[in-house]
Amino acid sequence: MLSRLALRAAPGVLRNLSPSLSAGALCAARSFHGGQPCLAPLPPLPERGGAVRHGFIPEEFFQFLYPKTGVTGPYMLGTGLTLYLVSKEIYVFNNETVSAVVFLSLVIYAVKRFGPDVAAFAEKINEEKLAKVSTIKNDSIKALETAIQQEKKEQERVAVRSYIFDAKRNNVAMLLEINYRERMLMVYNEVKKRLDYQVAMQHLKRRKEQDHMIGWVERNVVQSITPQQHKESIAKCILDLKALSKAAQATV
Amino acid sequence: MADKLVPLKNTRLLDVKLGQVPAWVAARDYSLSGVIGAVQRGYDSFCNKYINVKKGGLAGFTMVLAGYVLMSYMANYDHLKHDRWRKYH
Repeated sequence: MLSRLALRAAPGVLRNLSPSLSAGALCAARSFHGGQPCLAPLPPLPERGGAVRHGFIPEEFFQFLYPKTGVTGPYMLGTGLTLYLVSKEIYVFNNETVSAVVFLSLVIYAVKRFGPDVAAFAEKINEEKLAKVSTIKNDSIKALETAIQQEKKEQERVAVRSYIFDAKRNNVAMLLEINYRERMLMVYNEVKKRLDYQVAMQHLKRRKEQDHMIGWVERNVVQSITPQQHKESIAKCILDLKALSKAAQATV
Repeated sequence: MADKLVPLKNTRLLDVKLGQVPAWVAARDYSLSGVIGAVQRGYDSFCNKYINVKKGGLAGFTMVLAGYVLMSYMANYDHLKHDRWRKYH
């Protein structure tokens, strides 16, 4: 039965899969057999599996019977089949039936009660795995993008590399100019010092000559004052002083 | 009439008309590699439809279990015949 179900489902599956998915499935199968590797990235897994009704009957069965028998067709088929099997005792009611009923009811209750919680837990684990891997992927993408931008910046820098040499040339010219001006200043200072020296020498010479002349004149004058002239000048001074004192006494 | 141009052994079972089924069955590849290939294809399509999905449920596993239950019932039928309630049906 299962093989018949699988055979009936397989063409339906292959038809239901979109062309890209079937190509992806073929790609996946081929890569396992070591043939030509598939160069495109594998398509992502489908979100949900094939639809099933009541837990284990594929939806394709109901769709297969719908055109001929409508909505209740498969249920009528199931009812008729079970009645036939039970009445002809192809399916025998024995102790195992009771245990199967109890077991199945327990399982169905457990699935209905705890199913969503287990599903959410598994989802969380999957999400964590995906998040970890996608952070790795995003980090590497970001690193590569920054590398690309650096590369572009370097390329732009290369385009303007001639300006570096102009700047260097300017620097060198400025240094030369500075040096030239320093030397000019030094030359000017040295020349000024020498000229100042010459001027100072002339001044000194002139002053020395003047002093010497003045001293010589004074010495000669003092020498020429004879003793007789000396007495005459002192007597005249005394006479002047007497006259002055008389005039001062008169005014007082 | 246009679909008779595709050779019979390449059509899928659901596309085969009822009168052509014996011819189709006869045209299948029954060599060892053919049989193994068919089994592998069936297994792969079942897995890809019900198990290799992001949010699978119990459906795939339940179908396998139901098939196993059925096969084991058919294998033990001779033994279970003795538990019948009536002799004549």
